[in-house]
Formats: sequence, structure tokens, C-alpha cells
Amino acid sequence: MNEAQRLVDLIPRLRRYARALVGDRATADDLVQDTLERAWAKLHLYRRGTDLRAWLFTVMHNVHVNRVRAARATDTLEDEMPELAQRAPQGDALLVRDLDRAITRLPAEQRAVLLLVTLEEMSYEQVARTLGIPIGTVMSRLSRAREKLRAMMLGQGAAAKLKLVK
Amino acid sequence: MTDHPVSEADLQAYADGELPEERRAAVAAWLAAHPDDAERIESYRRLAQELRGAYHGVLDEPVPERLGRAVRASRARRAALVATWVALGAALGGIGGWELHSMQAPPAASGDVVAGLARRAAVAHAVYSPEVRYPVEVRADQEAHLVKWLSKRLGTQLRAPKLESVGYNLVGGRLLPGESGPVAHFMYQSERGTRVTLYVRSDMASTRSTAFRYALNGNVGVFYWVDSKLGYAISSGDISKEDLLNVANAAYQQLNPP
Repeated sequence: MNEAQRLVDLIPRLRRYARALVGDRATADDLVQDTLERAWAKLHLYRRGTDLRAWLFTVMHNVHVNRVRAARATDTLEDEMPELAQRAPQGDALLVRDLDRAITRLPAEQRAVLLLVTLEEMSYEQVARTLGIPIGTVMSRLSRAREKLRAMMLGQGAAAKLKLVK
Repeated sequence: MTDHPVSEADLQAYADGELPEERRAAVAAWLAAHPDDAERIESYRRLAQELRGAYHGVLDEPVPERLGRAVRASRARRAALVATWVALGAALGGIGGWELHSMQAPPAASGDVVAGLARRAAVAHAVYSPEVRYPVEVRADQEAHLVKWLSKRLGTQLRAPKLESVGYNLVGGRLLPGESGPVAHFMYQSERGTRVTLYVRSDMASTRSTAFRYALNGNVGVFYWVDSKLGYAISSGDISKEDLLNVANAAYQQLNPP
């Protein structure tokens, strides 16, 4: 199967990851589009027979980092809240919205690791290769991301309960 | 083995099913004795499930046309345009030379000017048609504004022909520098993502009007003609000569009504 077709086949997964990564749909699809264009232009650098998905997610990661950097240059965002645009409503479930919001509060590098492991179900080794970081860093970011997310979700639960009691 | 202390990394890996087989039982046993950690690890697993559940819908959404096109169209166009750049290399040198010449002397023989029209249109097409994000300066949703603006700059009333009947919708347009003044450039696109551009210049007064002509510059085919002071060229690298002729005819009939 040729690479172009495989790129096209991977678009839904790129979109899913991008949506979780940046939040709103239009920004996510812009990211995917930039990724596909760059991937296409750089396809000669892809080594046949290696993991095209990991390669493509590497391209997306680089594009994303560049986009965030460019956005930062124009406005000053806090470290903990990178590229947090206004999120479009994303389904009715309260859970989804909360989760969604909590994820965008994670530092960008922790978010990327968490999403690749949970959403993409990549192995730690694949994540390390995709993001170009040591496997130990993958694990420590993952651990921190989960703990932070858990704390946020618990906090929300507590807040919700307080509201009910009142 | 069972005496190995259980690390945080072990617990994370356990939650992700990343733990080697021989270590799994030991960690499970450890967790049985540490209910708080067991609860925490279980919550990580739930979180992963919830995440997948929350975003699963995205996988089933229809992929926006522009994303599929980012691969399909750029593939076809880039392949075609590589050949065009090679072929235009020589032609560009020619245009540059002619431009210098034109500043000092009256316009050269009209044959050169007319051939220059086709070449310049092919270059403009090769430059702008692969653009996915910024193919135009003003989009078709502001068509009236676009036409008014370009008409003003070119000093003559222009029209963006309607090409829906031959399968092309206006994407928008832009202003370009021409040999001796501004050029209007309109871009059209079909459902399949193929693109056609219309190049219009208004400085052809010294040239005789011509009938329809065809030139192939690299892989960009161009139909062009001159009508009093206006020079028109319709270009595409995506479609066959016959299909392009069909589009060019539709444009010609609107721009030069009998």
C-alpha cells in the first residue's frame, strides 16, 4: 500500500489526538492540516518499513510545538495553560466536558504523553520515539499527568458535592 | 523476584499493561496488600477508558474535505509542478530579460508579449495553486468586494466568470505584479480538488486581439487570448487539455460575449 493512502487512513486518528490536545475542533483540524502538508513534504525522510504512525505523530508533535511557540510570541500565556483556546462544546456528558477541560490544564508535555499512552495506546517505547525523549521521562511525565488529572477530577467531584449540600 | 520493591514506574506500567509478564503477578500481589494504591491504579485505568470513550466519536466523524485534499491534491500538484519548474526555468530567464528591455524600449513584437502572457500565467498558477491554506488573498464569500478591488487596481471593469456549469467554484482571488502593472488572479476549484486559475492583465493595448490559443509550460496547460487591452489566460496542471478547454470556453463566452 502506498504511503499517501496510509496517510489518509491515519487522518481520523490524527484528528482524535489533535482534538484532545488542543481542544476546539477548528484549531485541531488546522493542526492536522499543517501536519499532513508537512508530512507530505517530508515523506522522503520517512524510512519505509518503519512505523508510519509514530513518524506521523512525531511530525504532528513538531508542528504543534512550533504553533504553540508562534502563539506564545504574540501573547503571554502562563506556563500551565498553553494554547488554551475557548473550547467548543464537545458533547453533552458532564464527564466529557470536565475531562476535556482538565486535560487542557495539564502542562503540554505531560498532556502529549498521557494522550499517546491512553488514547493512542502506544507503548512507552513508541511514545519515547515519537516525542524524542527518554523512556524514563515518558514514565515520569505520565505519572505526574495522571496524578494531576486525578486531583482535578476529585476536586471537581468535591465541588459538585458541596453544591448539592448547599 | 517477589521481593523486588514495587516502584511507581511498575504501578504505571501495570495500569497500561506494559509490565513484563513475570513481574505482573508480583505487582498484583503487592496491590492486594495496598488498597489505596490499588484504588489509584484502578482510577488510572478508568481514566484511560473514559478518555477513549470521550474522543471515540472523532474517529467516526467524516473527515473534512480540506484534510483529505491536503494529501491528495498536494500529491498530484507537486508531482506535476516539479516538471513545470524545470520547464519554466528557462522561460523565466527569458521573461526577466524581456522585462529589462521593456523599460527602455517600446514593447517588443506582439507575439512575444502574447507568449509572455501564457508563461506568466503558468508561473502564477504553479506558485499559487498548490497553496492549501492561503490560495487567495480575498475569498469568494467576498466576491463583490474582490471584483471591485481588482477592477479598480487594473483600471477596468473585470468579471469573475461563473464556472459552476463546468464544475468549478470560485475560491477567491489576488492581486499580482505583472510585466508593467497589476494583474488580477482568480482561482477556481472543483469538487475533486482540482484547480484552475484565471490570469487577467489590462496592459495589452499595443497588442492585436487574438483568438484562443494553447500553450503547455511544463505540466501547466494554458488557454489564452487577448481582447483589446485585456489579456486572459486560463491555466491548470491538474486536468486534461480537453477538460481545460471546456472550462476555458465557458470563461471565454462570458468574458467575450459574441
